Amino acid sequence: MESTARSFKENAHHALGDARLTEALARLAHGFPARRRDAAARLPEFDQLRDAARDIKDHVLDNLDVYLDRFEKQVIASGGRVHWCRDAVEARDAILKICQAADARTVTKSKSMIGEEIAINDHLEAHAIVPVETDLGEYIIQLRHEPPSHLIAPAIHLSMDQVADAFRAHHTDLDPARPLVEPRALLDEARTRLRERFLKADVGLTGANMLIAETGSIVIVTNEGNADLTCSLPRVHIALASIEKIVPTLEDAATILRVLARSATGQEISVYTTFVTGPRRADDADGPEEFHVVLLDNGRSALLGSEFHEMLRCIRCGACLNHCPVYGAVGGHAYGWVYSGPMGAVLVPGLIGLPEAQHLPNASTLCGRCESVCPMRIPLPKMLRHWRERQHATHESPAIARAALKVWSFLARHPALYRAVFGLGVSFLASLGRRKGRFRWLPFAGGWTSVRDLPAPEARSFLLQWRQRNPGTRT
Amino acid sequence: MASPSETAKPSPHVALFVTCLVDLMRPSVGFAAIKLLEQAGCRVSVPEAQTCCGQPAYNSGAKADAQAIAKAVMKTFAGFDYIVAPSGSCAGMLRLHYPEMFAGDAAMEAEARAFAPRVYELTSFLVDVLGWKDVGTTHAGSATYHDSCSSLRELGVKAQPRRLLAEVAGLDLRESKEAETCCGFGGLFCVKYPEISERIVDKKVDDALATGAGTLLAGDLGCLLNIAGRLKRRGSPMKVRHVAEVLAGSEGAPIGEDSSVR
Amino acid sequence: MSSRTDILANIRRSLARKPRVTSQSPADRLAALRPGVQPSRGRLPADRRLALFMAEAVRADATAEAVASFADVPGRVAAYLARHNLGAALRVAPLTRRDNIPWSKQPLLTPDFGPPRPEDSVGVGAAFAGVAETGTLVIQSGPESPTRLNVLPPTHIVVLRASAIVGTYEDVWARLRTERASKDGPTMPRTVNWITGPSRTADIEQTLLLGAHGPQRLHILIVNDLKDTVADGGFERG
Ligand code: SF4
Repeated sequence: MESTARSFKENAHHALGDARLTEALARLAHGFPARRRDAAARLPEFDQLRDAARDIKDHVLDNLDVYLDRFEKQVIASGGRVHWCRDAVEARDAILKICQAADARTVTKSKSMIGEEIAINDHLEAHAIVPVETDLGEYIIQLRHEPPSHLIAPAIHLSMDQVADAFRAHHTDLDPARPLVEPRALLDEARTRLRERFLKADVGLTGANMLIAETGSIVIVTNEGNADLTCSLPRVHIALASIEKIVPTLEDAATILRVLARSATGQEISVYTTFVTGPRRADDADGPEEFHVVLLDNGRSALLGSEFHEMLRCIRCGACLNHCPVYGAVGGHAYGWVYSGPMGAVLVPGLIGLPEAQHLPNASTLCGRCESVCPMRIPLPKMLRHWRERQHATHESPAIARAALKVWSFLARHPALYRAVFGLGVSFLASLGRRKGRFRWLPFAGGWTSVRDLPAPEARSFLLQWRQRNPGTRT
Repeated sequence: MASPSETAKPSPHVALFVTCLVDLMRPSVGFAAIKLLEQAGCRVSVPEAQTCCGQPAYNSGAKADAQAIAKAVMKTFAGFDYIVAPSGSCAGMLRLHYPEMFAGDAAMEAEARAFAPRVYELTSFLVDVLGWKDVGTTHAGSATYHDSCSSLRELGVKAQPRRLLAEVAGLDLRESKEAETCCGFGGLFCVKYPEISERIVDKKVDDALATGAGTLLAGDLGCLLNIAGRLKRRGSPMKVRHVAEVLAGSEGAPIGEDSSVR
Repeated sequence: MSSRTDILANIRRSLARKPRVTSQSPADRLAALRPGVQPSRGRLPADRRLALFMAEAVRADATAEAVASFADVPGRVAAYLARHNLGAALRVAPLTRRDNIPWSKQPLLTPDFGPPRPEDSVGVGAAFAGVAETGTLVIQSGPESPTRLNVLPPTHIVVLRASAIVGTYEDVWARLRTERASKDGPTMPRTVNWITGPSRTADIEQTLLLGAHGPQRLHILIVNDLKDTVADGGFERG
């Protein structure tokens, strides 16, 4: 998709003014974090599992080439094919070719963030193939031509009436008199429509939560069951996954599954966890005749071994979004590309470039709540700081800010000068502000005083007072 | 009352890292911290060459500057038993980020690692190291405590200030629902992205006001200035103070309020 | 250069920049099939596994009842259908034939063993295993077990032997490996479906709704083939 990450500030301004979005985000803040906390509390081994999950992915990343090779061998041995793709263009082509070879007219899709990353829907449409999103939230935003605003709740930003409007606009034969004011009515409408599409589809395109090297299996997790319909009804199943999704064994997959849903929705486990290995067997009752894995790099191999290496442990659970004060204020679309929240702010600069994504690593208070809930123990704040270091090193941060920082840091290392400059400033401000105790406005402090008063300094600085009270003591 | 075996121990020599914000904006917090440390039996020094911990540089990606400041800080604060700051954010910087920022420079990293364990946030030092709780002050009224992100998540400070506040006579401490949520300060974040910061601090303020408490307390002046500034802009009468002020019973005008009425 | 070669070369080049953080070799790890951290709540004797399985399945919004033998299944199915006004037509996985369920005991039921069709309203399947730790059903695809049956009909009834209830996910993999070891070909059937409760979505204003694409109702009939353990009976939530 086209990025608007560069306009993060404008996007955020727009988002903050959107009352329905604010309401939706408030609902999110009251739901997910409490449910995650309860789920974690119910499982005494939860933190131990987080460590184990982290260790699994660390081991995989250390040996990624070996595991990818093994995975491919096993996919082939079970009758499937693997398509290696360096970037979005190659992945789009690979998928298109498979679809064309299958004479596909309709492709049903279950949710895939990689699909968003490579903008597969637009590509298929441009070649007269109709992609149909089947995850309810994805279906809704596909009708609205929007990207997902959350990793696991793509339509979290919408209200019920917006969903109803989208259905009325696109389901043109829908009886105008039929009320669509209940979530259940909306679901029934979507379910009926999508059933028709499922049955007609030639190709099913899914994502994959994990790839298992031991068996060549892919793991797909959903709550709706749409992925199971997507990969069992059509003649061809394509699974689209990025290279870091590998785990060694079925046991390792189990470990990660134990933290995934608990972190994401607070469920013990999602409703449907499906392990798919190859196409239908000769005597199978059903299943697709072809099974393809489209394996995408798209910048990940370059993140390996860098200061962003650990980001590749991410399992896309969304916990960091759910607990992020910035995401909670502006929602997912403001981030301007596929991924949002803390994980997006770390990943996106690596995928679309730091200049385009310049705001994302900066638009964070580094409060650390993301890291504290991340099931994979990814040090997200540390990596946001690493991007800032790169910006500073390459002079991508604003020149004025860099100059101010230089002066300040010089003063910080020269205490006498520091005290002379700031001590004087503070005494002056203290005398100005004494009457009210605060300022509504100050020159050069617009960033502060545009939204809050600035408490006035109490008096002369502590160290000046200390020296006066303790003459002669020098430590 | 200290037991004989304790009095036999020499009182720990503590250096106060007053922090740049307290130094410049709220000196009374520094004096309150000294009072508490002395009450708890410490010998307190204030190294005069101190300025700032370097966090603004570090979080802006200016690692070389941050490292230079860190070296100066470690030099200034060498030779003390403990270094205590009335701020989780600055203590976290010294304790966790100094060792981290010198990764790759074995000698400096080792120095930072040796330095780090002596650094404490004030309330955690009083409770965890000294086991002190003879607060003995009075504060008539109700308060809610905001956990600063660094205190809570970097240093695990949560129970300590509450334990001490429980000893303050007359104080009705009320928990808010979102005590652990960021206030939207984030250092330079709040001036770079004021609108987002405003939304975050508004939620914080709403959450604090919902407790009905008269005062909001915290252990970090960054949060306090931000929250007080927003409360005042919204015209709220809720008072804002650093926790050390209440514990030490040295209460001047609340943050952001008229200091002539004392 | 092919994309494959290129990607693998990039990976190796990138990894060379950084010291490894783990020491085990992939070959060792794959050979060891090391179980992970298994929740203690799953490590129970068989009779208590049954109770935990039922409790967890109900937590996940499934319904579950234990029956004494396969002979009781038709009656319980008929009663369930009647309770929910679901008619009498069943689409049944051929796999259940191994259990000799005497459907003819309920002459009103019309079980059909053909492949599932879109209009089917009730599917009856057979589970390979149940996992107590989360009340999860494990169903394998195969010649007699169409995977569509799990998701196409709006009501899903699954027959599970109590003796097939294991404690943890790892136990499932161990059993699967043992049972399939004799067969030629891959360890895994085309699909292994873990199912925990009925289908759901919360995509509209975070309102939880059951029956998104998959079934709205999941009913588990547990045939108690353990001796002298849990008495026959239903399971109430709570
Ligand atoms: S970074 Fe961690 S919390 Fe965020 S989506 Fe990834 S795994 Fe989940």
